[in-house]
Amino acid sequence: MAYAPAALDALGDPTRRAIFERVAERPRAVGELARELPVSRPAVSQHLKVLREARLVLDQAEGSRRIYRLDLAGVEALRAYLDGFWNRALASFKDTVERQQQETP
Amino acid sequence: MSSSTQSADTSVAASIVVDAPIETAFRVFTADIGSWWPSDHHILDAELTEMVFEPRAGGHVYDRGVDGSECRWARVLAYEPPDRVVFSWDIDPRWQIQPDPTRTSEVEVRFTAEGPQRTLVELEHRGIERHGEGWEGVRDAVGSPGGWPRGLAAFAERLTASARGPLS
Repeated sequence: MAYAPAALDALGDPTRRAIFERVAERPRAVGELARELPVSRPAVSQHLKVLREARLVLDQAEGSRRIYRLDLAGVEALRAYLDGFWNRALASFKDTVERQQQETP
Repeated sequence: MSSSTQSADTSVAASIVVDAPIETAFRVFTADIGSWWPSDHHILDAELTEMVFEPRAGGHVYDRGVDGSECRWARVLAYEPPDRVVFSWDIDPRWQIQPDPTRTSEVEVRFTAEGPQRTLVELEHRGIERHGEGWEGVRDAVGSPGGWPRGLAAFAERLTASARGPLS
């Protein structure tokens, strides 16, 4: 829990959040992330370092590559998931309830 | 560490204002949960036919699949229309049903009328750390990239896909 403020800061940056979401989707290598995002490879590495220090991701050597994946031992990784999930769910809820409201005034 | 800090570290808060009366907001959130719940956010293997929110404390929230299978993923802990509803989150970090209630978190949703046609909806998902036990085991299980749990990977993929696409 001591890591939470670092995690919040880490996810405050939109590029880091995009990287986090892709790593959450499935484990990925730095090069893969750099290809998918409009960010240079060194910048991706720097963002991953911040995410790792915040205990949001883990890295692991696989041959000559480093593979990054979610750090499920960190409460914060689950929190970040749920935070994203509920924000999207509530936006969907708002659309639906307001549409129903218009149909039955 | 203060309790508020701890609470902040292990809960997620989200809120939204909707242009609808409080009764409508409560009804759509509960009885009509299937109408807005992100349609691909289900852990049922079968294709979903409906989501059921039993309108009473002690009831369940469950998904029903086309093959008749059911996935009871929440227990209704409080049902107080139109102000408040609390349900458990019986889903573990691997996105499997967690049968042990001591290892589940809970979601409280409060509805506050801000006007006859306007409602504040505040959601708190708390006790997330209670899912924590067993995380080491989960981490071991996914020790290799290929070992990533299928359910979580699929869930994350859908989550990311829905974040990219328009909400409808």
